[in-house]
Amino acid sequence: MRAAVIVFPGSNCDRDLAVAFRDAGCSVDMVWHKDTALPDGVDIVGIPGGFSFGDYLRCGAIAANSPICSEVKAHAERGGYVLGVCNGFQVLTETGLLPGALLRNAGLKYICRAVPLVVGTTNSVYTNGYAVGQEIGIPIAHHDGNYTASDEVVSELTAEDRIAFRYGDNPNGSTGDIAGILSANRRVLGMMPHPERAADENHGGTDGKALFASLTSALAAA
Amino acid sequence: MKARVHVMLKDGVLDPQGEAVRHALGGLGFGGVEKVRQGKVIELDLADGTSEDTIRDMCEKLLANTVIESYQIELA
Repeated sequence: MRAAVIVFPGSNCDRDLAVAFRDAGCSVDMVWHKDTALPDGVDIVGIPGGFSFGDYLRCGAIAANSPICSEVKAHAERGGYVLGVCNGFQVLTETGLLPGALLRNAGLKYICRAVPLVVGTTNSVYTNGYAVGQEIGIPIAHHDGNYTASDEVVSELTAEDRIAFRYGDNPNGSTGDIAGILSANRRVLGMMPHPERAADENHGGTDGKALFASLTSALAAA
Repeated sequence: MKARVHVMLKDGVLDPQGEAVRHALGGLGFGGVEKVRQGKVIELDLADGTSEDTIRDMCEKLLANTVIESYQIELA
């Protein structure tokens, strides 16, 4: 299995994400945002957390228009897998690969702590290692994680079982407690919490590990 | 030529920053401030003859996120 982790100026969770992919059995290439092609044979593209381009204009807006992002879009449109975490989720909404947008947290504060998440669906390679309704602890670290989307989009996400994770105790005002969503083909996942920060005993929790494990076992079987 | 783009959160999209500013104004003793919406202004220095359509394209592609924001173009 091959993973590519995109690196923007201001990414700061790129290496953590690479470690999580590697520990789950992937070979990992780091790909600079100015590159115009993904490495051959990439199965999963990871868009990491951080502050790409200093969050200028809007979080993820400038990154979404960088050269590599048209390749990431093409990869997703071919049915490739994409995982966007935190700033990566913001980039995915800005590219239009996922619906909605992330606004400033309702309480206006940057929040950095582990929060309870409730697994919304097991119908994806990312979540089939969990059980529906299972509560897991995953850290969040964001200022703009307040998910918003029109009522129609939220009902569509709900009806199509595309809400991967909900907050157990909504920390940021997100519509419908939404913490992570899937694309219509269920291969693109965007989430504000950081599973790669809960993937090793030394992190203080390993609830994120199942996400990477189920992803790589699905890719290996494909 | 110059153009000024005003970007605002759409009506109906919650604006927590505007709400915090409204609170702060109340704290300073300014009564009767019923609503505050905060947006941004982007000034562009452009080659003469740049069409409004081109500027609209800039807004749609980058300057505004039309999922949550509306924009207005003012040609100076």
